[in-house]
Amino acid sequence: MSMPEPERRERERAGRSCAAPQLRADPSAKMCARGVDVYYGDKHAIKSVDLDIVSDEVTALIGPSGCGKSTFLRCFNRMNDTIPRCRVSGSITLDGEDIHAPDMDVVQLRARVGMVFQKPNPFPKSIYENVAYGPRIHGLASRRVEFDGIVERSLLRAGLWDEVKDRLGEPGTALSGGQQQRLCVARTIAPQPEVVLLDEPTASLDPQGTQRIEELLFTLKKEFTIVIVTHNMQQAARVSDTTTFFYLGGMVETGATRQLFTSPAREETEAYITGRFG
Amino acid sequence: MTDPDSRARWSAPALRARLARRHAAERRFRRLGAAAIVTAMASLALLLASIVWNGHGAFRAAEIRLDIAFPEAAFDAADPRDPVAFETALARADTAALLRDALRALFPEAQSRRDVRALQALVSSGARGALRDALRADPSLLGRSASLWLPADDEVDLFLRGRIARQTPEAERRLSDLQIAWIEQLEAAQRLRRHWNTRFFTSGDSREPELAGVWGAAVGSFLTLLVALGLVFPVGVAAAIYLEEFAPRTRWTDVVEVNINNLAAVPSIVFGLLGLAVFLNTFQLPRSAPLVGGMTLALMTLPTIIITGRAAIQAVPPSIREAARGIGASPVQVVGHHVLPLAMPGILTGTIIGMARALGETAPLLMIGMVAFIVDVPSSFTDAATVLPVQIYLWADSPERAFVEKTSGAVLVLIVFLILMNATAIVLRKRFEGRT
Repeated sequence: MSMPEPERRERERAGRSCAAPQLRADPSAKMCARGVDVYYGDKHAIKSVDLDIVSDEVTALIGPSGCGKSTFLRCFNRMNDTIPRCRVSGSITLDGEDIHAPDMDVVQLRARVGMVFQKPNPFPKSIYENVAYGPRIHGLASRRVEFDGIVERSLLRAGLWDEVKDRLGEPGTALSGGQQQRLCVARTIAPQPEVVLLDEPTASLDPQGTQRIEELLFTLKKEFTIVIVTHNMQQAARVSDTTTFFYLGGMVETGATRQLFTSPAREETEAYITGRFG
Repeated sequence: MTDPDSRARWSAPALRARLARRHAAERRFRRLGAAAIVTAMASLALLLASIVWNGHGAFRAAEIRLDIAFPEAAFDAADPRDPVAFETALARADTAALLRDALRALFPEAQSRRDVRALQALVSSGARGALRDALRADPSLLGRSASLWLPADDEVDLFLRGRIARQTPEAERRLSDLQIAWIEQLEAAQRLRRHWNTRFFTSGDSREPELAGVWGAAVGSFLTLLVALGLVFPVGVAAAIYLEEFAPRTRWTDVVEVNINNLAAVPSIVFGLLGLAVFLNTFQLPRSAPLVGGMTLALMTLPTIIITGRAAIQAVPPSIREAARGIGASPVQVVGHHVLPLAMPGILTGTIIGMARALGETAPLLMIGMVAFIVDVPSSFTDAATVLPVQIYLWADSPERAFVEKTSGAVLVLIVFLILMNATAIVLRKRFEGRT
């Protein structure tokens, strides 16, 4: 009753399993965001978002440019920590653990919640070193054979093994754009994360490269919980199980992908997916 | 296909004139650029040519062949197999007398004290040491006589190269008519030659131009730069990394940044004064030592290295940092594994530029006493030493004419040093770039 109007509306947007904000996280969810706000200096970039990331599913975050979907994605492995003047509040949990808790090590968090970036950014080192880097710094292997195994397995899962198995010593930057992005996927999954965040992974790829990445997501979701940010609605429709629509820094609607695309509950969502703005 | 209207529009006289002007401007600019390059190259070539022209004489020196007798009596009949006794005998021996005897045997007409003195003046005072060296190298010379090439006086060298004109009145030249006559006789007897001057590269400074060498200064420079590099590289790189990667952006870091930029522009002599006040007067470190020189030059080059280091670190693409962070690298790992290796070529370039500047620096070293006349080649960081540019300065200031070419010769050595350093930088940079 006493709740101010905009705030009430915000709460209503919260969506299905987060109908009661500020409550304990849904135990079936892998990651849970509750009342997350992000500020860049004075700019309120993310406004009180609640969202559950369901285990072993692909969750797509869609929305027009500048709506905050990437910023929100970066909250899940605390990548926003390194941006000066950026402040995150609210609670995010991974398997019920608060990722902002003082005893949560951000380095370890990022090993558990890996990330693939918009532009392919392989290290200017060999293909082998790119993939072995994560396991190496986290001490997940010590002998050469173990590393060989991890590198081969990761590249296989990223669908890149056949193309590079004979030239693992070549620099990762010498690959084509699509191959580089798959190398980045291999690098991200090499330390066996629990969640993989993808920030518009196909934005700088050609249609073929995009298709390879999308195929990859189908196999990866058997092992990992995936959150993908995309501005390509067809892509979201093709690859995701759950889709969340962001607009102006707030979460407008979240739901099963098929349902959201066929019968969106909210007007803005419908306007966006039918291409009337964004 | 062709639109007559558009063709007419684009071939209108006004547009054509505009186009012609644009092309002319283009050509003018290119010519100006080429002219600038040519001017720069020409002045460089002129500079190098004049230094080589003046300095090449320093690499050759006149030598006189004398038949020296080594009577055993002159050396206390010392046994060469007993090194201590032999050295004492060598030190005690009147080698000047041996030289005098050899010269008088050649020119028996020189009888008066004055004539003998004038005769002796043809041979460098370094010839006595050369005799001892010859005996050390071949003790079997004892009791025999040998024909040896010995260093001649610098005036003989100048005369051989035509720098002393005969037309000059006798009173105004450093060689008398008699001496010139002797020199001509020696030449006729093929007892005079100009030979590769090893001494110039192996000995320290001397009051005698024919004995002076750059080795002492070169070693001094090397030791000084080693100290400077050892101090400035870790400190500078650490400061650059901290400022770029770790320091929070606050008013305090802004102040630090402004101060570093200011320090880079401070005249180098101010650092010399600082070194004098702090290292010598407060900490009582040894005067004229490469240690103190290196510390002073380290202070001087520190801002340069921090600034170039920061620029190199900034040039590392942020996406690499993101990638490393995204996979869970700690901040130190991000820097150590990714940023630093990628920034290394740039950091090295900056370091070499800083070191090259330090190599050529004179003013701050004058303040801490590295301008002293030092004959011995330094063998440690705390020995008194001088450096190449200071040596050049000292020689340029010497009254003997033969030092003029020594000066240019030392400049050439300094330039070779610089080229070697730059070549090292390029090799290192290529290796780092190849590794990534």
